[in-house]
Amino acid sequence: MTSLNVDYLGMPLQVDDLDHENLAYFKHCAAHDFHLQKCDDCGLIRYPTTTACPWCASPKATWVPVEGKGAVHSYTEVHHAIQPAFKAHVPYLILLVDLDTQLGKPSEHEALRVAGNLMTADGQFAPPDLVAKVGIGSRMRMVFSDVADGIAIPQWTLDESAAQPAKPWRYPE
Amino acid sequence: MAITQELDANAGASLRNKYAVVGVGETSYTRGGDPMTTRAMATIALRNAMQDAGLKPSEVDGMLSYSSGDSTFSPFIAGDLGIRLNFYMDVFGGGSSTEALVGIAIGIIEAGMCESVAIFRSMNGYSRVRIGGTGARSAVPIVAEQVHHRTYGWQSAGQMFAPSFMRHMYDYGTTPEQVAHVKVAHSQHASNNPKALYKQRVTVDDVVNSRMICKPLHLLDCCVETDNATAIIVTSAERARDLKQTPVLISGVVGRVSKPRVDMHYQHGPISTVAGAYGRDRLWRNAGVGPEDIDVTGSYDAFTFTTMLQLEDYGYCKKGEGGDYVSNGTTFLGGRRPNNTSGGHLCEGYTHGIAMVAENVRQLRREADDSCPIGHDGKRQHTYDHAEGGCRQVRDAELSANLGWAMPGTGSALVMRRGA
Repeated sequence: MTSLNVDYLGMPLQVDDLDHENLAYFKHCAAHDFHLQKCDDCGLIRYPTTTACPWCASPKATWVPVEGKGAVHSYTEVHHAIQPAFKAHVPYLILLVDLDTQLGKPSEHEALRVAGNLMTADGQFAPPDLVAKVGIGSRMRMVFSDVADGIAIPQWTLDESAAQPAKPWRYPE
Repeated sequence: MAITQELDANAGASLRNKYAVVGVGETSYTRGGDPMTTRAMATIALRNAMQDAGLKPSEVDGMLSYSSGDSTFSPFIAGDLGIRLNFYMDVFGGGSSTEALVGIAIGIIEAGMCESVAIFRSMNGYSRVRIGGTGARSAVPIVAEQVHHRTYGWQSAGQMFAPSFMRHMYDYGTTPEQVAHVKVAHSQHASNNPKALYKQRVTVDDVVNSRMICKPLHLLDCCVETDNATAIIVTSAERARDLKQTPVLISGVVGRVSKPRVDMHYQHGPISTVAGAYGRDRLWRNAGVGPEDIDVTGSYDAFTFTTMLQLEDYGYCKKGEGGDYVSNGTTFLGGRRPNNTSGGHLCEGYTHGIAMVAENVRQLRREADDSCPIGHDGKRQHTYDHAEGGCRQVRDAELSANLGWAMPGTGSALVMRRGA
């Protein structure tokens, strides 16, 4: 596979042509079809990409489709951006979403915790009124931000079809 | 492996109190002015540490340093000071390094590879490589593993650690006001530290009303960026007895103890538990004491919350009660177990954890460098009046603990004891 060297929000984002795992990851994202590696030996799915299985050390894995749905496990709301590219988007949310797939496996406190920003349904950074609605427990679905051929960024938006908690936990105002 | 570990109760005991920290030294903490190179600062800090110990350059023959690719290297400092090395190593790392390198120093002396080891960290954390990640570092290309975090504006230490802090508030009801007491305490301590960059005392209201950086961190929940180098010198307890200062013995150490999946530690929870929970059984076993025996602690206060999480997970209170522990007076000068009596990273200055070890060495010597008068014997005459501008010595300090932190998933710790 060839390397990726793209511009995302004005930031250079590079995936080396030696980095087969991340090239495969973003190739599936580019098709808006979230895939993760599933271990051929123990059957567990992992995130982020790795060369061997974090639970059994097997190097054999198959990319499988994974449903991009889950609930917010924790988050931060950034008001002072560090990277220049994000200054135009404050306040923005960084979400850690527990996927429904493989939740609580292989042990109680484990989950596929997939990072992303809070976006609108059409993949734009969420405006402040939407940011104020999301907290721990909010039900999310994955959306993708298209970047270039061969790469899109997996992101999160509120799942309009899901039952939302009456009051997701948010930092006290 | 479970968090609570089955350990051989006697392992670690054979080297307990057999090595000592015999010298400490630093440069002043600066922001702006006329900064120096990391090489110049490290040279001065190490010279100060040798003078403090009463060691000549010919009596230091090992050197360890750590950096994040932002500093000088041991051979330059040795050359500049006329030190001929029998061992050196410069490693990659941040806040979990000092305590870990103390353990390595013991190992290489024990192995006969050298006799005494200088450990330093030198950084232009304000004037060059901003430790908060602003400036040139903020715009470098996103590569390799970073595609899964920097892509999301998830880059600085505050941004990276915040999900653990927020989850602790969710899991245990910890409040911003409770945690703000960490800054309040450290600011009071810094007001009694002539070396501290920020000596002004602040209130809980000052902290929670300062501008939001990334939730739950306000500006005053975050540490200061400075230029500084700090050095310490480790040798055997036997050699230490012949040197200038009261020896400070190394009772026990753990280094870079990590949570599972440390490549991306949020995959394995509880994420409101940090690496200290995995290190504490080994630390207290090695030291032969428990957290309740300690007189003065040194936390890694990159943020107020890191202090709260570390003290909780090393066993100073029950899990979930860290908010109470840091706000009930225990950790203030005059309390049962003061924390970061120098003011720490929040107020004194920032050198990736090594300065808190130097501070506890001075505390255990009972020679905290505050404004108390120096007597005819050359020793400071401590008043134990901790009012602003006054004394910061902890009365009768015998035992200290330092808790290093690289990130929620990795930490180090060191227990020291006043020697005879």
